[in-house]
Amino acid sequence: MKILVVGGGMGGTILANNLARRLSGEIKAGKASITMLSASDKHMYQPGLLYVAVGKMMPDELYRDQVSLLESCITFRVDPVTKFNLKENNVLTESGKQYDYDIIVISTGSRAHAEGTPGLAENASQFYTEADAVKMFSSLQKFEGGKVVIAVGVPHKCPMAPLEITFMLADYFKERGIWDKVQLHYTYPIGRVHSLEPVAKWAQPEFDRLGITYETLFNMKEVQPGKIISEEGTEEDYDLLITVPAHKGMQVIEDNELGAGGFIPTNRTRLNIEGYENAFVIGDTTNLPISKAGSTAHFEAEALAENIASTIKIGQPVRDYDGKVFCFIEAGEGRATYAMFNYQNPPDPKAPTKGIHWFKTAYNKMYWASARGLL
Amino acid sequence: MSERKIVDAKNTFCPGPLMELIGQMKMAEIGDELEILSTDQGSAADIPEWINKVGHEMVETSENDGVWHIVVKKIK
Ligand SMILES: Cc1cc2nc3c(=O)[nH]c(=O)nc-3n(C[C@H](O)[C@H](O)[C@H](O)COP(=O)(O)OP(=O)(O)OC[C@H]3O[C@@H](n4cnc5c(N)ncnc54)[C@H](O)[C@@H]3O)c2cc1C
Repeated sequence: MKILVVGGGMGGTILANNLARRLSGEIKAGKASITMLSASDKHMYQPGLLYVAVGKMMPDELYRDQVSLLESCITFRVDPVTKFNLKENNVLTESGKQYDYDIIVISTGSRAHAEGTPGLAENASQFYTEADAVKMFSSLQKFEGGKVVIAVGVPHKCPMAPLEITFMLADYFKERGIWDKVQLHYTYPIGRVHSLEPVAKWAQPEFDRLGITYETLFNMKEVQPGKIISEEGTEEDYDLLITVPAHKGMQVIEDNELGAGGFIPTNRTRLNIEGYENAFVIGDTTNLPISKAGSTAHFEAEALAENIASTIKIGQPVRDYDGKVFCFIEAGEGRATYAMFNYQNPPDPKAPTKGIHWFKTAYNKMYWASARGLL
Repeated sequence: MSERKIVDAKNTFCPGPLMELIGQMKMAEIGDELEILSTDQGSAADIPEWINKVGHEMVETSENDGVWHIVVKKIK
């Protein structure tokens, strides 16, 4: 039984390690094998980019060698997939090789796509890649005061990022002693300041307390130097524009016509690609209407690993993915909270505390144990 | 006109039905109809508010067994 994992990020790594442990007997006996194909020999802790953008982490703290995170029985190759032949059960790669499989799991992630909004890439600072986060920090350091607008595209990975970057910016400007010269203006696509109602109910008074202004039902249409225009017909002037751009899946997914916008139609409980029994998707690449977050990829990976192992052992899956998501929310002033929910149960976040902030800070380091599947 | 596309946002809290619709509208062609399914009663008010503000068209809204079916058309 040949299992092929495409993507060595959060979802792919947890899935491959979990599966390697569950199938250790079959792998030793030569009855199963796990191969991972990825686009990089490094694994990035992406949430750390937020801290890089405000000068609180250095880029080199975000990386580990991918091989060091994987169980030794997993064959790992840096050889990005260029063609998915799902009907023939094989993929072709950049190096020209063909990899056959019995089961494939795709977890190639998503990417910020500022280029989809006219003028956005040229005029805004963003933090979704290492280079952009470092560049954003330079822009912040040069900024001496004025109006900072935060503009948010849909969909985006990490639903908490818009709020977190706003609170982190408030802290950053306070620490630099220029908070009284800054007007922080937050915008958000729907009619409240966050998609999760209880989070919005908590965040709005926090904005009021800090003097952060906000505008809801604001979807970016076009950006010009010094001015951003919304689909809803409003305009905002800015001195510094910070954006969470709309995301797409990877180009290879679109090129292979696996799903609009690079997001693959996925069964919400079994995680198979609609129409295929042996092809699965986890993480940001699914088209599921749930948060694009590391925790989503993590919980999906655990459920799917259990099902793939049980299918090999007893011929059938044993559980459904229940839609579970868990997100920390950095609330500024050394405090944090979290939201946990699934398809059936809405979140009920508690007031932010310093304790949760310290736990999140510790998690920034514990992430590597989580990727190895030890947490 | 192309086929009506179903956006199944039942039993999801984040990003939620309206965010889901906004993302899908961006990918749709002018003239396309999208039918969003939602179990969140708030969507029945939020979605028409956004559609009217942006200038798309509300085609119909109905509720069946706790599921809202909201059909919208991309106009621009
Ligand atoms: C700034 C920021 C803050 C965030 N904060 C949080 C947070 O606080 N909490 C949280 O839960 N999540 C957070 N996230 C989101 C989280 O990082 C992602 O949701 C998560 O990494 C998704 O996992 P994935 O496996 O789907 O994709 P990724 O982890 O992005 O992995 C994709 C993998 O696919 C590989 N790949 C790409 N193309 C190919 C190809 N053609 N062939 C083979 N391999 C390929 C890549 O090299 C990579 O290894 C944050 C993200 C960012 C950017």
